[in-house]
Amino acid sequence: MEIKDIIQYLSEYDGKPLKLMEVCGTHTAAIFKNGIRELISPKIKLISGPGCPVCVTPTAFIDKCVEYAKATGCELLTFGDMMKVPGTGGSLSENKAGIDGENRADITIMYSPFEAIEKAKAQPDKTFVVAAVGFETTAPTYALLLKQAKQEGITNIKLVTALKTAIPALNWICENQEDIDGFICPGHVSVITGVHVYDDLAAKFKKPFVVAGFEAEHILAAIYRIVKQIEAGEGKTENMYKNAVRENGNPKALEVLEEVYEEGPAMWRGLGIIEGSGLYLKGEYAAYDGGSHALYEDMELPKACRCGDVITGRINPDECPMFGQHCTPMNPFGPCMVSSEGSCGIWYRNKF
Amino acid sequence: MKITMAHGSGGKSSAQLMSEIFGKHFNNEVLSKMEDAAVLNVGGKIACSTDSFVVTPLQFNGGDIGKLCVCGTVNDLLMMGAVPKYLTCGFIMEEGLDVDLLDKLVESMAKQAREAGVIIVAGDTKVVEGDGGLYINTTGIGEIPEGRDVSSSNCKDGDVIICSGNLGDHHACILSHRMEIENNIKSDCAALNDIVDGLFAAGINVKTMRDVTRGGLGTVINEISESSGVRIELDEEGIPVDPEVKGFADILGLDPLYMGNEGKMIAVVPADQADAALAAMRNTEHGRNAAVIGRVKEGEGAFIRTRLGATRRFDVLYGEGLPRIC
Repeated sequence: MEIKDIIQYLSEYDGKPLKLMEVCGTHTAAIFKNGIRELISPKIKLISGPGCPVCVTPTAFIDKCVEYAKATGCELLTFGDMMKVPGTGGSLSENKAGIDGENRADITIMYSPFEAIEKAKAQPDKTFVVAAVGFETTAPTYALLLKQAKQEGITNIKLVTALKTAIPALNWICENQEDIDGFICPGHVSVITGVHVYDDLAAKFKKPFVVAGFEAEHILAAIYRIVKQIEAGEGKTENMYKNAVRENGNPKALEVLEEVYEEGPAMWRGLGIIEGSGLYLKGEYAAYDGGSHALYEDMELPKACRCGDVITGRINPDECPMFGQHCTPMNPFGPCMVSSEGSCGIWYRNKF
Repeated sequence: MKITMAHGSGGKSSAQLMSEIFGKHFNNEVLSKMEDAAVLNVGGKIACSTDSFVVTPLQFNGGDIGKLCVCGTVNDLLMMGAVPKYLTCGFIMEEGLDVDLLDKLVESMAKQAREAGVIIVAGDTKVVEGDGGLYINTTGIGEIPEGRDVSSSNCKDGDVIICSGNLGDHHACILSHRMEIENNIKSDCAALNDIVDGLFAAGINVKTMRDVTRGGLGTVINEISESSGVRIELDEEGIPVDPEVKGFADILGLDPLYMGNEGKMIAVVPADQADAALAAMRNTEHGRNAAVIGRVKEGEGAFIRTRLGATRRFDVLYGEGLPRIC
């Protein structure tokens, strides 16, 4: 089937109104970038899910990172996305510049977590704390970092983790939000996990779970398959990203995840604490943990802020009363407006 | 030898640095007078621009900070239709900067200045504590020939937008260096005299020119749309991007629409001169990949027509365009 036929089918769709959730922030961005809403019938509503790791990270994590960055003999390494997320005592960015005469926090934006190895070797008297945020896609990298650190006998590296897994969150959404008709499943996560991780959800909730890549054609094909499944009364897993996602995922990555992490409860902003959705360092790797457990506290957002409703897809970002008026990428309240993969930020940059 | 605080003292070491590096490479009749200020002959309308250069690493595939600090300011003058004539430079050097490296960078700067037809008429050096870094500010002056009227506010319904070549090369090159990724991506760092001269020589009534630097094409187009009070529509498929840069950008979640360049420009020209303008640009070294990328319409805002035929609005760049984390 050619893409023009898929577009024609989706633009002429006139069945029952559908609500489909794209779980991954990169999909949200690609949907805007390619103008996909304009190509499909208004009866197919696309809503953004919790798939931006920065957006679902609670304030307690930021505060922990700031604490390390301000401690003597400590340097915090983080990806750039985290810099502007608000914390109780300011964001990492504000603390790096120095707040109110306090010492400037020692923070470096990293391009790869492996920079920690080089730094730790060069400055053995200093402790390098890595802010490890992400899903199944990034978790293996941090695991490999620690494997190397262990191998080389490096002890002055610590990880503060906010690593999460997608399936428990999807389960939460299915249980709490019955009106979602189908899911566009995250392509990058599925590269690691494979496609069968969605089978139980599809069977339990009788809804389509279709794995998609990030080109416009991939996303349109996934939407088409979801619509066709719904029309046929089916609810199953399908892989529309076969050139990257193998049935059983990436066994090497899964092996290293298994070796280094154990599951535990994790706090998702907007969703709450979800059992088994966090990855924590285990066994001999636990020695590298910088206090990642029970970072549950989340800041009280302004009453009007509907961050939680946005993350769970109950409303679109522009339906939040703060959106674009009091909350913008230049002056963000919720992390969804901060991160480049956050749905509010993406909506703002594309709609404004 | 390394730069020490003594090189910033104003005494013997400073003078030595001055004559052995800057004097050697920048020698010209204005500078060699060594007065407190340069005295210049200028007539008519002049364009003036200043820019500071803080790039790391100091040397990269396709250029270095010396070449860059000339191109950046020269291009800003060119974009106003000016003929670049004079540059001043301020060097802020960190303690520990390698003097041989400094010599190379200044030599590169002098070479680029000659190619761009400017002479360096005044300069200053300071040394600060640090870790061998270097920051350069350049200010440029150019003369605007009679009859040229180039401005961001000149665009009208029907005008055609031409981009001089592939976007994102410089951004991808610098990021590759910082991330220690080996590839063939070269910075496009270049002075665009040939393109601008070519356009005017072909008798094109150039309405607007902008160099597409930080913030990328997306930001520049929005600024023009606002200044001119027009709607601008780009065609996604027409925007030139090198496949290797496209692949690199895809992996990092960057959009070439917002990636920085140091040797690319856009020109807005009347529709009936678009073919001639495109031919004139393609006839130059730095404009050989030039392409028509969009059109000016009545209305407001910046829009892009996607590959599959949808139209979306786009805004200026927010934040820093950092690599994503997932």
